[in-house]
Amino acid sequence: MEKLYELIVIGGGPAGLAAACQAWEKGLRRILILERDSELGGILNQCIHSGFGLQRFREELTGPEYAGRFIEMLADTGVETRLDTMVLQIVPGEQGAPHQVHAVSAKEGYQVLETQAVVLAMGCRERTRGAISIPGERPSGIFTAGAAQRYLNMEGYMVGRRVLILGSGDIGLIMARRMTLEGAKVLACVELMPYSGGLMRNIVQCLQDFDIPLYLSHTITDIKGHDRVEQVTVSKVGPDRRPIPGTEMVFDCDTVLLSVGLIPENELTRAAGADMDRRTNGARVYENMETSIPGIFACGNVVHVHDLVDYVSAESERAGAAAAAYVQGKRAEVNARMVELKNGDGVSYTVPQTIRADEVGKMVDVFFRVNRVTGAAAIAVRDGEGNSLTGFRRAHLAPGEMEHILLPGDLVRQAAGPITIAIEEDKGGAAQ
Amino acid sequence: MYDVIIIGCGVTGAAAARRLARCRLKVAVLEAQNDVANGTTKANSAIIHAGYDPEPGTLMARLNVEGNRQMGPLCEELDVPFKRTGSLVLAFSAEQQPKLEELYRRGTANGVPGLQLFSGEQARQLEPGLSDEVTGALLAPSAGIVDPWGLALALIENAVTNGVELHRGCPVTAVREEKGVFVLTTPKGEFTARYVINAAGVDADKVRALLETPDFETKPSRGEYYLLDKTEGKRVSRVIFQCPGPEGKGVRVAPTVHGNLLAGPNAEPVEDRRDLGTTADALDFVRRRAMQSVPGLDLRQNIRNFSGIRANTGRGDFVIEASKAHPHWLDLAGICSPGLSSAPAIADYAAELLEKAGLTMEEKPGFDPRRPAVPRFRELDPEQRAGLIQKDPRFGRVICRCETVTEGEIVAALHSPVPACSINGIKRRCNAGMGRCQGGFCGPRVQEIIARELGVPMTDVLMDQDGTWVLACETKTGKEAH
Repeated sequence: MEKLYELIVIGGGPAGLAAACQAWEKGLRRILILERDSELGGILNQCIHSGFGLQRFREELTGPEYAGRFIEMLADTGVETRLDTMVLQIVPGEQGAPHQVHAVSAKEGYQVLETQAVVLAMGCRERTRGAISIPGERPSGIFTAGAAQRYLNMEGYMVGRRVLILGSGDIGLIMARRMTLEGAKVLACVELMPYSGGLMRNIVQCLQDFDIPLYLSHTITDIKGHDRVEQVTVSKVGPDRRPIPGTEMVFDCDTVLLSVGLIPENELTRAAGADMDRRTNGARVYENMETSIPGIFACGNVVHVHDLVDYVSAESERAGAAAAAYVQGKRAEVNARMVELKNGDGVSYTVPQTIRADEVGKMVDVFFRVNRVTGAAAIAVRDGEGNSLTGFRRAHLAPGEMEHILLPGDLVRQAAGPITIAIEEDKGGAAQ
Repeated sequence: MYDVIIIGCGVTGAAAARRLARCRLKVAVLEAQNDVANGTTKANSAIIHAGYDPEPGTLMARLNVEGNRQMGPLCEELDVPFKRTGSLVLAFSAEQQPKLEELYRRGTANGVPGLQLFSGEQARQLEPGLSDEVTGALLAPSAGIVDPWGLALALIENAVTNGVELHRGCPVTAVREEKGVFVLTTPKGEFTARYVINAAGVDADKVRALLETPDFETKPSRGEYYLLDKTEGKRVSRVIFQCPGPEGKGVRVAPTVHGNLLAGPNAEPVEDRRDLGTTADALDFVRRRAMQSVPGLDLRQNIRNFSGIRANTGRGDFVIEASKAHPHWLDLAGICSPGLSSAPAIADYAAELLEKAGLTMEEKPGFDPRRPAVPRFRELDPEQRAGLIQKDPRFGRVICRCETVTEGEIVAALHSPVPACSINGIKRRCNAGMGRCQGGFCGPRVQEIIARELGVPMTDVLMDQDGTWVLACETKTGKEAH
């Protein structure tokens, strides 16, 4: 057994970097980051486009530049890192005993590490063809957008020449532009829903500016090609999202990119026994990003999929600070009063899912996503008896954008029963 | 000149090759594709049937039960994942009850051990995930699950280690007989042999047609499947069938030896034997039937749909016979279900028929029946893992995160007796890319290792068979690779 760490951070992407830096800032001195890739930075390393950091640094950075800022910050600390290291298992300590982290690398071999606190920062992975059961043959040439991005931006290869993109998530939109700039013909971007899942700025800058058509309420209904993709059939879907016969369009192409959603990467979390949220596919967390296992915290896309990395950094700093407080002896009351956050009409999920009323400071950060596009609307916050606690105005809401509100701590402490967050659209204000 | 040439290296051809490797014979296997086990062997239900389905007196009945009996020791020798899980056939109404009894009688006549008829309640006690609508069930304890391509690969690897030659990328394009010797034309030149075994799967009729007009014809029937994530893998612990109907043995729900759950197949006639597509309608049918047996099934945990082609001939039995005009030519054709279960017994029977046709079958001293598999890192305990990494640090580098597959395993598969040559070849040998992210993470990394170990450019590495290129070209150079 090696030395006892105060904090082990699993994942050296934006979430893990911010959490580790913050925990150092708050006074921890035995911190270790375990990263499976050969360098820090996570998925940002392949995101060579700009648009990162507008919130955080008030400047427009590329992905590697954004990661670089945190990697430089980390270099000024004494945080240890182990690269090319895969975590295989987390064994939570019983009743305050240290947690065990089992990891493996070519350099260090099989490692069993002990730590007082853990921050889970494994990020997310892309949904695949199987997850959405796209019919047709199974030739080569079907990639998740992120895999194609890695080939193109990190390895220096083109995955194809005539490309159709399914899904209008941000990675798909970014790749539409990127493939075009590298000389491919992007024939169309096809989206099942009546609205895009990506940021508006990406629709404009990556599709419209390059005359790439976006087909909303459409999906792929057949793929042809015994060996490599040869032809893809796209059909319009009805309000029930089922294809409408007779609306087929056929595209001759050699490549399909999928940008059909991200799933938090929580195999370790589940195996450790943390309570999970079916809606986020992440661990359920409290106001300080602690999971149901004391001393194990989670932040970033492993908890819920964020739209901007700037918010990942902010959330992860809260997790890092909370992990430091935990190690320094400030532990949540076992019998703290729990206030559940419930998803009202129009809300898909909230993070945190539960607030420990007595642990809350002046303000509580609450993040959520809506499940439909609206025009002007109110975000209503009500207590268990339906009384309005507070409200927030928005000119426009969309599932592609993460929402953030600050709830006053006093409100939470005084609330009767669970707190419900719901969307109340202005009369006649629904917009598509 | 070879004593015997086997055409086709699916599980049938591989089993025949391994059987002949026991004898003092010069044997070659010619496989049309760039890798073995790439036809029906890679896309089926992965089940070792007990043998109550076939009509008593058929080859299917005899070879299924015998193959099932051999499967345990064989998989032990070859280090292939196999589990004797048992199976249940379900009845959902009083009308279906006689069907279960008929299967019971057939099974008993075929020599299937341990068959038992249960009430719906008893069946649910065994398998709590079963529907409340189940009224009765037939338990067959000898049924099991296997890694089908793992079995075929192990068989051919063991054959190769014992002296059999394997030629991949070697389709037979013409056949003639000259003075009692078969001359087979391939892109790699002419091969001559005294005896030929035709184990060309769905194309067995076409291969036979190169010699003479065949007396059977493949009527390809496609079956589509869902493969679910390991989170669903414990939904049932046995193979769950429904009463067989005109469309075959029906949709089944079964765990896989890798810990996933498999649901399917339907049965649909197709024109194009290479059309391994799936359709929304067929998958919908599979979904409804699977949910009828196991209502709690969460099909949103799907990680892959796929389909396979059955080599049906319409004869209702395997076609295992020598040509009348050319008695040294042996067809192993029409090997549809229970072909996988029967494979070792088909191989024994083929050897018997060759001997009858005049081939001298003399035991070869020094035949080694054992094939050690590449170590499976994920199955080892921490101490074994540490030991393995100490010997070879490449076992410390995890390449496939979903299935915990290491670089050491991938490198070993690239230098094995029947080495992988594609990304899916690695997947079938080591499981990299089999998991929930379906190679999204490890695909490019596996490709890099293949390129490095085989000394070829990245753009030459294929996903699977010829034509399945992955990368069009390098950026900037503009030099076209495909």
